[in-house]
Amino acid sequence: MAIPATLPTDIKKIREEFPVLSQKVNGRDLVYFDNAATSQKPRQVIQALIDYYQTTNANIHRGIHTLAERATKAYEETREAARAFINAESSEEIIFVRGVTEAINLVASSYGRAFLREGDEVIISALEHHSNIVPWQLICEQQKAKLRVIPVTDIGEIDLDAYGKLLSDRTRVVAVNHASNTLGTINPVAEITRMAHAHGAVVLVDGAQAGAHLDIDVRAIDCDFYCLSAHKMYGPTGTGILYGKKKLLDAMPPYQGGGEMIKDVTFEKTTYNELPYKFEAGTPNIADVIAYREAFRFILGLGRETIRAHEHDLLTYATERLTSMPSVKIIGTAPEKVGVVSFVVDGIHPFDIGQMLDARGIAVRTGHHCTQPLMDRYEIEGTVRASFAVYNTKEEIDRLAEGLQRVINFVK
Amino acid sequence: MNNETPRSIAAIQDEIIADFALLDDDAEMKVLYVMELGQKLPPMPDEDKTDENIVKGCQSRVWLTARLEGDRVYFTADSNTAITKGLVSLLIRIFNGQKPEAILASDLHFMNAIGMERFIGTQRTNGFSAMIRQMKMYALAFKTKMEIGS
Ligand SMILES: Cc1ncc(COP(=O)(O)O)c(C=O)c1O
Repeated sequence: MAIPATLPTDIKKIREEFPVLSQKVNGRDLVYFDNAATSQKPRQVIQALIDYYQTTNANIHRGIHTLAERATKAYEETREAARAFINAESSEEIIFVRGVTEAINLVASSYGRAFLREGDEVIISALEHHSNIVPWQLICEQQKAKLRVIPVTDIGEIDLDAYGKLLSDRTRVVAVNHASNTLGTINPVAEITRMAHAHGAVVLVDGAQAGAHLDIDVRAIDCDFYCLSAHKMYGPTGTGILYGKKKLLDAMPPYQGGGEMIKDVTFEKTTYNELPYKFEAGTPNIADVIAYREAFRFILGLGRETIRAHEHDLLTYATERLTSMPSVKIIGTAPEKVGVVSFVVDGIHPFDIGQMLDARGIAVRTGHHCTQPLMDRYEIEGTVRASFAVYNTKEEIDRLAEGLQRVINFVK
Repeated sequence: MNNETPRSIAAIQDEIIADFALLDDDAEMKVLYVMELGQKLPPMPDEDKTDENIVKGCQSRVWLTARLEGDRVYFTADSNTAITKGLVSLLIRIFNGQKPEAILASDLHFMNAIGMERFIGTQRTNGFSAMIRQMKMYALAFKTKMEIGS
């Protein structure tokens, strides 16, 4: 297979923006292929965190002094950046949360308590992350509602025919991911939403694996809720957003009580603040929210088309290389995928492969990837998963293939 | 056979440390070596691979059984992952043929000396401690049995 002599210069430049990438692990250049778990952070995000603590640190919204003003302004600028990033109508529809897990728990709990009744149904798919399964199980149990699961096909696509049959007038909520963290499948979320709306159900889209890779337009999808984790899209850990249509968010009760989210408190009655503050109780993660803005800038600065094209090249190359190895089987071969390659190897446990690759400085993830029901679907215990970001290269995929070949040869 | 005195636990540990010292502190060579040791482990009968024999606290599946021959303990083990199988084989090499008291009194230190945590990670290191615990539990059970029995 032809190996390009040098990296395209732009990728080299991009890599320079990520200090973490320039280290050696076990004596070799680090290959970071665990981006679906969390991506690395560019300098501008790291610098924003440092700047915030060195020049701005103040609690937001309640202060009138200069630092508080400055912090509040920066915090709200991220909200506007998030709105623009997903093309929401208004920044009131953007709620800062810890990440996708908290966003889904918020919706399941708040929307669920208010609107789910005995006999109602919630539909998820078989390729959901535990974060988009367990909150629904909890609320369904509490409200005596029923959880239904859309099956996935052999290649890893949501079975739309089966979905159509599951939908009924009892369906209240449909919750699916935009892209699967285990298989990479990009799901037809606009179509899924259209079908749900025809039955009067609301739709939540888990965008954890879309943030860094796909163009996101919540108005084009027309979903009712959309969730992102900053740390999976070059941003800091501990923050993310929940987008919700204003009409729905207004109708939903608060999720947590405390400061920030109230208008007036007496012991008899509390009136709640308006959106989005109603859902942001307590001092939020100010520093990380402010730095999150730089992650949006980073992605938009490169251009989502450019990112997608590069990652698609990587995916195609990795798929080719791995497919050419007879004992390797890729799990998840849908035509539309983000840069995720999950695979199993005949007779070798994923843990052993992961450990061997780590010994060669290659970071992959092994196991069930928080999608145990999906593993059951394919009757496997786990996979090895390589997931790509914009800074990865074909040379790194060659390193993966070499490492893999070495384990295979050894075990044979 | 039960009368032959095995080398001491300390001596076998030293031997293991010396073996790993030949591997140039190279993570990959160490991992491959551990896997190779696992491949040499005598097979465990399938009927022993029951849920009851699974060592709790390991990420991988590890089955462990023990038997007493005379006053000596012998372990058999297997795992669904090659590296873990290699790790348990190290323990079997140290403990097989020892007296229960010796196993109970043993203080295993070779792990640090070979830099085990660095090449297998913390999760597996925790699992490794679980295996040692389970082996000592067997030793304790045999010791008690011998005391009551005699
Ligand atoms: C598809 C998907 N949903 C949800 C999550 C949970 O995200 P977080 O842990 O950031 O809340 C993940 C993270 O792995 C994911 O991949």
